Amino acid sequence: MKKIFSVLVENRSGVLCKVAGLFSRRCFNIDSLAVGETEEKDVSVMTIVSSGDERTMEQIEKQLNKKLDIIKVKTFTEENSVSRELMLIKVKYQQNNRSDIIEICNVLNASVLDMSTSTLLIQICDTPEKIELLIQMLSPFGIVELARTGTLALQKCMS
Amino acid sequence: MAEKITGAQAMVKCLEKEGVTAVFGYPGVAIAPFFNSIYDSKIKSILVRTEQNAGHAASGFARVTGKVGVCVATSGPGATNLITGIATAYADSIPMVAITGQVNSELIGRDVFQEADITGAVESFVKYSYLVKDAKDLPRVFKEAFYIANTGRKGPVLIDVPIDIQNQKIEFQYPEQVSLRTYKPTVKGHAVQIKKVIKALENAKRPIICVGGGVLLSNAQKEVCQFAKEHSIPVVNTMMGIGVMPQEHPMYFGMVGNNGFAYANQAMNQSDLLIMMGARVADRAISQPDLITENTVVVHIDVDPAEIGKNMGPSIPIVGDIRHILHDFEKYEISGDYSEWIDHLKQLKQENKKVRHPKEGYVDPAEFVRILSESMEEDGVYVADVGQNQIWSCNYYVMRKGKFLTSGGMGTMGYSIPAAMGAKQADKDRQVVAVCGDGSFQMSFMELATMRQHDIPIKIIVLKNNYLGMVRQYQHFTYDDRYSMVSLDGSPNLEMIAAAYEMPFVRLENMNNIEEKIKDFLAQEGSGLMECVIDSYDLV
Repeated sequence: MKKIFSVLVENRSGVLCKVAGLFSRRCFNIDSLAVGETEEKDVSVMTIVSSGDERTMEQIEKQLNKKLDIIKVKTFTEENSVSRELMLIKVKYQQNNRSDIIEICNVLNASVLDMSTSTLLIQICDTPEKIELLIQMLSPFGIVELARTGTLALQKCMS
Repeated sequence: MAEKITGAQAMVKCLEKEGVTAVFGYPGVAIAPFFNSIYDSKIKSILVRTEQNAGHAASGFARVTGKVGVCVATSGPGATNLITGIATAYADSIPMVAITGQVNSELIGRDVFQEADITGAVESFVKYSYLVKDAKDLPRVFKEAFYIANTGRKGPVLIDVPIDIQNQKIEFQYPEQVSLRTYKPTVKGHAVQIKKVIKALENAKRPIICVGGGVLLSNAQKEVCQFAKEHSIPVVNTMMGIGVMPQEHPMYFGMVGNNGFAYANQAMNQSDLLIMMGARVADRAISQPDLITENTVVVHIDVDPAEIGKNMGPSIPIVGDIRHILHDFEKYEISGDYSEWIDHLKQLKQENKKVRHPKEGYVDPAEFVRILSESMEEDGVYVADVGQNQIWSCNYYVMRKGKFLTSGGMGTMGYSIPAAMGAKQADKDRQVVAVCGDGSFQMSFMELATMRQHDIPIKIIVLKNNYLGMVRQYQHFTYDDRYSMVSLDGSPNLEMIAAAYEMPFVRLENMNNIEEKIKDFLAQEGSGLMECVIDSYDLV
C-alpha cells in the first residue's frame, strides 16, 4: 500500500537529516520527499510518500511521532487528498516533430518555458501519474534531462 | 543584573540544579573549560580509563538511583568512544545525559583536530541531541535534556558544547519548567482499554503476565508483585525484567526466551491471556510472536506507543506508565479463578527443571551463581556481563530485594565492571558484585585503576574458561567444533593483575567449601578479585 505522510517539523538545521535517517535505519521506503516552509516561519512541512505493508506504515507513523523535532504527523491516502508534483523536462526536437511535442504538451496541460534550436524546456504540474505519462510520451523524442519536486499533498476540503 | 558567568560554569550549575552528585568522564581540550569549572563544585568527577566505560558507569548509576546518569567526554575520539556506552543505554532505555566538548563553533565543518560530528553519529542511539550554538541556550537545553532523558520511554540525551560556547559569558537563570510542544509522553492509561483488560481477565482461564525492563524503569515492582499475588496471576519475565519478582514469590515462574527456562516459555505459549508489561517482544525473548497471537489474547502495556504492534500485534494495547496503570487496575474487582492453571504451571516447573551435568574438578557456574547471590547482602547489586556468564547469572541468580543489572538489549561485553562502579558510586552502603567472563573482564579491567583512585570498592568475579564461551558454544552447535577466533590463550595471570592493582585475590578451582570461600570473599573490606576456574566446554 501507498501512503502519504504530511509531517510538520520544527524548522531547524538537522531535522531533515533526522527524518531521513529514521527511514534508512528502519528500512522504510521513501518513494518521494518534498520539504518547504509553512505559513509559520518556524514550522516546515515534509511530504513523504512511502509504500509497504500495513504494519510498516503504522510503524512509520509511530516512529515519526517519537521524534522530538516533529510537531505533527498527518497521513493521507490518495483518495482523501489532493496531490501535485512539479516537473521540468528538457527534450530534443527536430523541425518535423516540434508540433507533435507541443500537441502532447497541450493535451497533458504542460507548457513550454524555454527553447533553443534543438531542445525544448517543458513544465508540468500535475498528479504523479500524469507526470509519468508525460515522461512516457516524451521519451521517444529523446529526454536530455529532467527534475521532479516529489509529491506535495493536502487533505481534501471537507464541507 | 545578575553576575555573568561562563558557559562552562553554567553547565556545572545546571548539573547542580538537577541534583547531580557524580559525573563519569575523561578530559580533553575541547571539554577543558567544563572540567575546570567542576573543579570548584561539590559534584564528584570520576576519571574512568576509557570513555565507553563512562557511559556504562552512568548507566549503572542511573539504574540504582532512578536518576539521570551523567557522562562527559571531549570532542572527536572522546565522543566517538562514548557511542557504545550511549547505544547500550539506549537499547535498555536507561536515563542518561552525555555531555561532549566540541571544537570551536566557527571551525565546525572544517575537519580540524579532534573534530567529529557527534550529534550526527549518535542520532540513531539517542532520544534527542543538542549542538549548542549560543551559551544563552545552555540552561534551557540542560533542563530539557534531563526532563527528556527521565520521562516517557527513558533514554540517553546528548549535549554537544563547542569550546567557545563554554567560554562565552552569560547571565545564568535556570528555567523552572520545560516547554516542549512536540513532547508530551502519555502517563495515564486509557480507561476504556483498562476496562477491556479487566474483562479479559474475568474471561480468561490461563492468564499470565510477562514483565520486562519497563516495569523497573517505572518503579512498579511492588505494584506488579501485589497485583499478581492478590489475583493469583502467574508472572514470567524477560532478561531485562529480572528483579521485578523475588524468587520466592508464589506466582513467579522464571525467565522466558531462548536462554530462559522451558517451563516459562511453555507457560506463556499455553496461556489464553498474555499481559506484556514494559517488554519489547524482542527476538531473544519471544522468537515467534505470531504463533502466540493466533491463540492468545495479548494485552500490551508500554509507555512507548511505537513498541506496541512493532513485533507483535496485540488485541488490547495500552499506552502509559505501568505504575499508573496498575493503580488503575486496583480500582476494579476481578473475579477469576486460575487455581487449576497455577497447579498446572507448578507441575510444569517441577517436571521441566534444567538439568545440568557439571564436570567434577571445576567450579560449576550455575551452582556458583546461586550460592553467590544467596550469600550477598539482601539488597545487594549483582551486575552480570555478557556471554555465557550472563546466561548462567540470569538463570541461577536468586532474586530477593536486590538489583540485577545487565546489558540486555545491546549485549555489550565489558559492561559489568564500569556499571558496577556506577552502581557503587550511587549508593556506597550497598554491596556491589560484578560477574564477568575472562573475555569481558579483559574488555574493561583498566577500570580497576578507577576503582582504586576514587575508592569505589566492588567485588569482581571472573568465570574463567579460557574461551569466548558463548561463541565457542555457537561454533560447537553450528560449525562442527571449528573454534575460530575464540581461544583466549595469552590472557594475563589474574592473580598478578590483582597484585598490580593491590587488590585481594582468590582462586576457586573446584566446589570444595565453596560457600565458605564465597562468604569470606564477600566479607573482606574493599575491592576484591575472584577467579573461578570453569570447564572450558560447559554449555549454558
